[in-house]
Amino acid sequence: MLRFLIKRLLLASTTLVAISIVTFLLFFAVPSSPAWVMCGRNCSPERIAQVEKSLGLDQPLPVQYTEFVKGIFVGRTIDDAGTLRECDAPCLGYSFRSKEPVTDTISRSLPVTVSIVVGAMVVFLTVGIGLGMLAALKKGTVFDRAAIGASVGFASTQTYTLGGVLLLVFVYSTGLLPNPHYTPITQDPLDWAAGMLLPWITLGLINSALYARLSRAQMIETLQEDFVRTARAKGLPARVVTRRHALRAAITPIVTIAGVDLGGYLGGVVITESVFSLNGIGREAADAVADLNLPLVMATVLLAAFFIVTMNIIVDMLYAVIDPRVRLG
Amino acid sequence: MSNTPATADSRSPGTEDTAVAVLQPETAAKAFVGRSPGELAWIRLKRDRTAFGSFITVVLFIVVALASPLISKLYGVTPTAGNAGLLNSEGLPIGYLGGISADHWLGLEAGSGRDLFMQLIFGLRTSLIIAFSAAIISISTGVVIGIISGYFGGWVDQALTWFTDFALAFPFLVFALAIIPIINTASYDVGEEVPGSFRIGVIIGVFALFGWMTTARLVRGQILSLREREYVEAARAAGASSAHILFKQLLPNIWAPILVAFSLALPGFIAAEAALSFLNIGVVEPTPDLGRLVYYGRQWLGTPDWAYFLIPASAVFIVVLAFNLLGDSLRDALDPKSSK
Repeated sequence: MLRFLIKRLLLASTTLVAISIVTFLLFFAVPSSPAWVMCGRNCSPERIAQVEKSLGLDQPLPVQYTEFVKGIFVGRTIDDAGTLRECDAPCLGYSFRSKEPVTDTISRSLPVTVSIVVGAMVVFLTVGIGLGMLAALKKGTVFDRAAIGASVGFASTQTYTLGGVLLLVFVYSTGLLPNPHYTPITQDPLDWAAGMLLPWITLGLINSALYARLSRAQMIETLQEDFVRTARAKGLPARVVTRRHALRAAITPIVTIAGVDLGGYLGGVVITESVFSLNGIGREAADAVADLNLPLVMATVLLAAFFIVTMNIIVDMLYAVIDPRVRLG
Repeated sequence: MSNTPATADSRSPGTEDTAVAVLQPETAAKAFVGRSPGELAWIRLKRDRTAFGSFITVVLFIVVALASPLISKLYGVTPTAGNAGLLNSEGLPIGYLGGISADHWLGLEAGSGRDLFMQLIFGLRTSLIIAFSAAIISISTGVVIGIISGYFGGWVDQALTWFTDFALAFPFLVFALAIIPIINTASYDVGEEVPGSFRIGVIIGVFALFGWMTTARLVRGQILSLREREYVEAARAAGASSAHILFKQLLPNIWAPILVAFSLALPGFIAAEAALSFLNIGVVEPTPDLGRLVYYGRQWLGTPDWAYFLIPASAVFIVVLAFNLLGDSLRDALDPKSSK
């Protein structure tokens, strides 16, 4: 187990290093004037020169990259127009637009994204897996066909379409729900849930479709396996066979996929956040792109990659715990 | 598909040019007919009503998109003409449901007053060009990488697998958001106009860059199991080159999953392109685009008329749904294990 973990961690860190190098090169080597891009459209030549100097853009690229990495692990000091700004570790960069280290922006917006993703996952794991399993048990019936039909429909629905329709029905037309907003859960749990309800339903239902299809296929396959037949043959009641034997085996690969998805979503659910005007990581990234706020864009890309890689490792470990057939080597 | 689809279910099997095995000559109606996998798939596809319906819809969309300049001539309205006379003082179309009338079948775009139907079909053309190009490039890249990785094994396989995992670790949407403006600003000087065709090219490139991984994994898996078969061994023993074995022996045996991957990549890219435009990052004015129409419509969602948002949003939904249904039917038809 330990050997496997070390091996996986090494592999993951090479991936992260490679991603950071690619991202770094993309932002610092490709634009003809990174300082201009970072500083923005209405930047005076003097200001651009300042930014260039404070970022060390006159230094060779490897030196710049080492500075960047040093910032992540021990922090660095950034000279913004004569004022020295402390950027503590993990320093992912300094935003010249909002005049703050990007980690400040991220720590403001990450809770929003986490709130959306966790609630949506509860929706799509229960609705999706529940529907899929039921459809598999009632394979060929009207219920099965209706569930499959609905899942194809929802899988083809765009987040912004469903979100827009829900907003139209529940907020603009009837006023049944407040406009989606973010209140920290520690402040007012009820208001937190009320503000997050529509994003949860939107992201949850669209993903339920994929999970319903996956779990249906998985369950149908599992029900045909020998151990299920054995369980039936030794006279166990049907309920015990499906719940204790088949369900547990069928759910394993779905847990893996859910874990990988979680990693992907934590880096920002861009569309959901912008439909409901919630300032999560994804919306910050999209806004940063529109403003050409490159330090923030780069930080969000790296953070998202970090979540993906980390969740992949966790899922691999988890898989070995749940499924006794998997041997780590 | 197959070369002889038309005769596959004909009642006189003797006229077929494929292998025929008549087991009971007395009762010709019950004769067993030998059919190639392609023919079997075609028969299953023809029986499937969903497949037929979605196929017709998809073909219709492609024809409409290709013929959009012609349709514009017949319809008598250009996509870019702003019908300012038909808008009220707030810039909203006069009339119901976004100003639907005999002249403007789907109404007008709020604000600009452009004809929505024309914007939609020209936008569809943009979407389909991007989706087809991105799908062709990414699937072929995936196939080549998958074949090489599966066939050669060893360190080549390890390196390519690492590279695939590496590409999968990139957060696609955030990265696409970031890279597109950077490429645009890097290729053109400050203040210089970036041509629409260049922007489209960049989007296709980014999609292709992040679209090949699943195909590569799929093909690698297939090749791993195929390369140990006797016929490959026979070819190798006969002194065939690697290229011959790869492209003449192995590739023809995995066309079914590749075709399915291609047909399911199309709706994925259409949706992704619309999503980029919805974030106002993808294609910009004056190139017509489906996702951007939704983005504009979203701003009018609070007004009493829901048509500005719902018409373009439904258009994207119907296009993606039709392509998804077709891809699903194709998978069911090509998979011998599938039972509906």
